[in-house]
Amino acid sequence: MNLKRFNWEPYLLLLPSALYLVFFLAWPMFQAFGLAFQADDGHLTLDYMQRMFSDVMFSAALINTVKLIIAIVPLQFILALVMALLMMERLRGSDILVYIYSIPLAISDLAAGIIWFSIFTQRGYLNSLLYGLGVLDKPFLFLNYQSNWPFAAIVLAEVWRATSIVFVILVAGLQSIPRDYAEAAEVFGANWFTRVWRVTLPLLRPSIQTALILRTILAVQMFAVVVAIAGRGMTVLANEAYRWYSEYRSPHLAATYAMFILVISLGTAFIYLRALRVKEEMVL
Amino acid sequence: MKRKTSYSRLVVRGLVYLVAVLIALWILIPIYLITIAAFSPKDVIYSWPKSLFPQTISLETLKFFVSAQYVLPSLRNSVVVALLTLVISLVIGAPAGYALARYIFRGKDIFRIMILSTRAFPIVILSIPLAVTFMKWGLYDNLISVAILHVAMALPTTILVTSSVFVGVSKELEEAATVFGCSRVQAFTRVALPLALPGLAASAIFTFVLSWNEVFAATILTLQNRTLPARLFIQLAASPLPFRFAGGFFILIPAITFMFFIRRYLFSLWGITLK
Amino acid sequence: MAEIHVESVRKTFGKVKAVWDVDLTVHDREFVVLLGPSGCGKTTLLRCIAGLEQVDQGRVFIGQRDVTDLPPRRRQIAMVFQNYAVFPHLTVFENVAFGLRMQHRPKDEIKKRVQSAAELLHIENLLDRYPSQLSGGQRQRVAVARAIAVDSLVLLMDEPLSNLDALLRLEMRAELKRLLREIEATTLYVTHDQVEALSLGDRIAVMRDGQILQYDTPLNVYDKPADLFIGGFIGNPPMNFLDGEVRTEDGRLIVRTGGGEIYPPPEASAVLSRLKEPSVLVGIRAENIETLSAPAEDALQATVLVVEPLGSHNLITMQLGPEQIKVNTDADFQAQPGQTIWLRLNTDKIRWIDKASGRALDYDVSPQS
Repeated sequence: MNLKRFNWEPYLLLLPSALYLVFFLAWPMFQAFGLAFQADDGHLTLDYMQRMFSDVMFSAALINTVKLIIAIVPLQFILALVMALLMMERLRGSDILVYIYSIPLAISDLAAGIIWFSIFTQRGYLNSLLYGLGVLDKPFLFLNYQSNWPFAAIVLAEVWRATSIVFVILVAGLQSIPRDYAEAAEVFGANWFTRVWRVTLPLLRPSIQTALILRTILAVQMFAVVVAIAGRGMTVLANEAYRWYSEYRSPHLAATYAMFILVISLGTAFIYLRALRVKEEMVL
Repeated sequence: MKRKTSYSRLVVRGLVYLVAVLIALWILIPIYLITIAAFSPKDVIYSWPKSLFPQTISLETLKFFVSAQYVLPSLRNSVVVALLTLVISLVIGAPAGYALARYIFRGKDIFRIMILSTRAFPIVILSIPLAVTFMKWGLYDNLISVAILHVAMALPTTILVTSSVFVGVSKELEEAATVFGCSRVQAFTRVALPLALPGLAASAIFTFVLSWNEVFAATILTLQNRTLPARLFIQLAASPLPFRFAGGFFILIPAITFMFFIRRYLFSLWGITLK
Repeated sequence: MAEIHVESVRKTFGKVKAVWDVDLTVHDREFVVLLGPSGCGKTTLLRCIAGLEQVDQGRVFIGQRDVTDLPPRRRQIAMVFQNYAVFPHLTVFENVAFGLRMQHRPKDEIKKRVQSAAELLHIENLLDRYPSQLSGGQRQRVAVARAIAVDSLVLLMDEPLSNLDALLRLEMRAELKRLLREIEATTLYVTHDQVEALSLGDRIAVMRDGQILQYDTPLNVYDKPADLFIGGFIGNPPMNFLDGEVRTEDGRLIVRTGGGEIYPPPEASAVLSRLKEPSVLVGIRAENIETLSAPAEDALQATVLVVEPLGSHNLITMQLGPEQIKVNTDADFQAQPGQTIWLRLNTDKIRWIDKASGRALDYDVSPQS
């Protein structure tokens, strides 16, 4: 290759962000390894791992996180798909609908947690409504940690807050699929369900993949919503990482939890990529 | 026969609208509720049952929140961190986005895929080692450290979004500028930049909201100099209901307002798909 | 104005040879068209001349000056782009004035020049508008006005009419021709549309696979295509090619085709007799074939397959021996499919093509000018 002709411009333009990501993304990840598997005197150890696994809160945190993901992600996906398909129906006022449907994108998990806390708390709006309808005559304690209600409230809050991102990814995907396919299917006699199931969804696979990976990974790190609604009554993995760092002052165990979250994230991403593999030949 | 089909068609159409409106209400009603909570006087907040259509509107609760210790300084902190994050990620990320949009070069696909895959990188895993490092550097509890982490979180998206913004500005326009007397840099500043500005602004707002909303890293990396969400978060359990509700409303509003300005760019900002 | 001179220019993209050892000279005030199918390298060659692509090797001269290593802005060129490249954030006035502003011309001079360029293109009442308020044809005019407003040595045009609809294209084509005659600009014009090339160019350079195959006047390119490819690429319908075998019978040289024997004129016979291999292709255009309703000497018998009335004339597809041949006839020519007809080829207009190389036989003018 001719050195004089070699164009350095793109590499120079990429350099700052590449360096930044190496320093503040790749290197910290490497350090997290160190914190999780290296004692303060420098020798390698599985101590922190063992302490994490034997921690009383660990299994609860893991089970809660997994249960939440299993409850939330499918609900979000179905709701987002319905919302996205509605957008394809060319409704009147769909501009306003798109805006409303995507408002939650800008809402933080903490704000969402507080909002749903205001609904489910003892003197909250849900109890007020049920009283107004004559269902209850005194407030019901929804956020009782012995019951499943806090779990349900968290699921609702997350579905409310984070369905929008799935919706937007799916709509962007749907917009890139030419209408001809569905119309061709219609001409050949396919009804609405067949068209969606046999034509739209298979073509939408790359978007579905992206949305599911993104959502699941973000759900593994769920944190502020849980704390805002359930307080100390329920814990998740990210919450444990936070508590080990801030309350018990152990960066090692906090990092071990963080590594565990990373492993679960990568694992789920891998599973989705395998399960929803898009064959080269099927891409136009 | 024909009448019947058109009648059932009408019913289906009506149902579609009904579902669309119901979903919109599902999103709007909680926002409405936190709003009326924030504008209710304290005693109404503590009362039960509450009216879903409040008779009195009062600023008492919001005033109580704003005048609480730490709230105004942490509000300032949030704005500083978000602005820092916005500026740094745009200054570093936009050139990379430009390179991805304009040049064909070896390693481009690998870079793109790496950027895409870091988009969902768990922030939890960054926060803890960086907290340890920043403590060594004496940057702990410094707003810059929070901004640095928020940039790491926002940068991949900034690169992808600015890249799609620059793709939207035809390369031919810059070429025309160079033919008619501009240098490469002039062609960029006189033609590409003004045309990309709205998209870049949308990307900046997105970054701002991302930083404004972030709780975990901000809580881990600061002690005294908390951002608003971090402050609200650590005080949550010990706070009275009016403080919580007003706080929730407070961090909600700027986010929603900014969303309104970037609604045109929604799908290019968040719709990016792994290819 | 000045001449353009390109010397053994090469440009590759990875393994693709976009332009391969091309020499080309455009004389002062000449209008040259680069014509070829898409992907033949014509746009790349133009972009190398503009400086938008760096050549791998070779030199580019504009007005005697070696500009090979200069950026576009130092080459004193003007260009019209395929998608117009009219700046959306500037008014029409500022678009036309763009090059002049970059040269820091005095205000009143800019105003005067913009005005006169706008008048030439009939857009003087659009000067305050933004491009988004203009139609495609109007944007096209702005792009041309911007190019002629600056003092450039040469004018480069990259498929400027390809984005206009058919009617508008016809109108702009005539107008461009008038305009460029008037301003006497040295122009290099890229197109894949042969009609555009034939109607506009003083000379046409036909490109294929990164090389110039023929560089000649429109008439010569049409009548005397340098090879099989050009004959098939230019003209509607394309040139007919009949498989032939050169033979000598009774001391006379003839070419035997599947449909009958053709008797070449003496000059052609001389060339044909020197062929090593006896296989030739007989290239003849549809309008150089005469139709007869009765057998005649040296007329070939054919069967009508399809008659396509085209208004000004009829296009008839015939079966001639094992081959099909297309013939133009008068609009009032009557024929039914299956009918037998006799064809007389105008042998003076035949292009004799060496089947082995695909080159026309008597073609001896080198692509250099």
